[in-house]
Amino acid sequence: MSDHVVLLDSYPSMFGMRVRIALAEKGIEYEYKEEDLSNKSPLLLKMNPVHKKIPVLIHNGRPVCESLVEVQYIDEVWKDKSPLLPSQPYQRAQARFWADYVDKKIYDAVRNIWTTKGEEQETAKKELIDYLKVLEGELGDKPYFGGESFGFVDIALLPFSTWFYAYESLCNFSIEAKCPILIAWVNRCKEKETVSKSLADPHKVYEYLLGIKKKFGI
Amino acid sequence: MALGSLLAWLRVLEEVFKSEMIDEVKTPNLFKWALRFCSDDAVKDVMPRHDRLLEFVVNLIGAWPSPFVNRVRLALKLKSIDYVFLQENFVVKSELLLKSNPIHKKIPVLIHHDKPICESLIIVQYIDEVWSNNGPTLLPSDPYDRAIACFWAAYIDDKLVKAIDVAVKSPDAKKKKAAMEEISPMLAVLEEAFVKCSKGKAFFGGDIIGYVDIAMGPLWGWLKVIESINKLTVLDEATIPNLLKWGERFYNDATVKDVIPQHEKLLDVIIKVFPPMLLHIPSN
Repeated sequence: MSDHVVLLDSYPSMFGMRVRIALAEKGIEYEYKEEDLSNKSPLLLKMNPVHKKIPVLIHNGRPVCESLVEVQYIDEVWKDKSPLLPSQPYQRAQARFWADYVDKKIYDAVRNIWTTKGEEQETAKKELIDYLKVLEGELGDKPYFGGESFGFVDIALLPFSTWFYAYESLCNFSIEAKCPILIAWVNRCKEKETVSKSLADPHKVYEYLLGIKKKFGI
Repeated sequence: MALGSLLAWLRVLEEVFKSEMIDEVKTPNLFKWALRFCSDDAVKDVMPRHDRLLEFVVNLIGAWPSPFVNRVRLALKLKSIDYVFLQENFVVKSELLLKSNPIHKKIPVLIHHDKPICESLIIVQYIDEVWSNNGPTLLPSDPYDRAIACFWAAYIDDKLVKAIDVAVKSPDAKKKKAAMEEISPMLAVLEEAFVKCSKGKAFFGGDIIGYVDIAMGPLWGWLKVIESINKLTVLDEATIPNLLKWGERFYNDATVKDVIPQHEKLLDVIIKVFPPMLLHIPSN
């Protein structure tokens, strides 16, 4: 049976990029549908009625929502190529823990950076660097978070790097200066074609962010 | 031979509970015998060292009122796994907790083969994968059904847990009221989810308790607690009739009863330990 895969997504979305990378790693052909988040399609509202958010993976007509759930689903269904999660339960638990850390800490920290000003923004910048340094510590001297192979935690964190240029430009700071090991890891991952073709262009992300700020008066 | 083969496990118990059972002073002859037995060449080749056996002991750092801890206790019970429950007090976090979960410093932490696993739902998945041959499978085996179960568990954690947390803990009466008002529509969403997932059966997992039941169930008592504290109803038969029946079924299930505390006990903890949580909302 041939698979029909559709991805409802938005170009600058970090969460969407996670799923794009996973699909590329597995070599899955799919139909990409760009959503206008200010005018959500009937298909999106039908496929994700609970959150009405992208990304949504639609596999043979059935929707899977929440980016990390989608990445694990892709790994389980297309299990014969490029495993994304480790095979041992303890290593799997560790991978899930660190992906969860990215979701719990990094997203709110970056959101606070571009939605606040003055002292609040300075606090947000410091928090982001603190959390990124924890992740640097976890990476250590391994090539990827999973060790020798690119995997789940790499996929969870990598898309956030496409927004670094935007934050640095808006808030006048350098993430590379504070987290050189992490940036080296980003560049190493981008050498993989599956990654470079899935990630958004940081300059386009910056333009997008400026547009959002202007639209909502932030 | 009958007693000697237990010696390594007695050492394990001594280590876990930090107390000596075969003691040089209290049981001097038994102590000398144990030393002689363990030094015998024939025995040395066969008996495992107690520190290797320690790796097989499952430890759970937690506290009995915590719904996150109780998710893990329920999973261990369903899999018939014996464990040592290392209870934290409510005042000062233990060194073991801080060492085992340096990132979040929170319970529960499962320690297995000397390695810590953190975050309740991640621990439940770990338990299901490690003890895959014990008892029922907690997560569905079909990848799509598993994705749906993970979706609902994430919804419960991202939305419901956060709102319950505010409804219990916030010292601001207005914030508590706002949280209560958010919870009712969330339960309506979960009512629909229950009907779809259960397909007419008793639990989200079908005939038996599964992953979403484990994620949601320990919160049931806390929903009753926030109704008491805030004097507002969220468990409304008119809007969530099926979820209500599920809740009572879960709460009274024989496997669950030993593990999940009744809500009166939870309220008691709040009254005695966290009185600032008992602010009543204004009557307007």
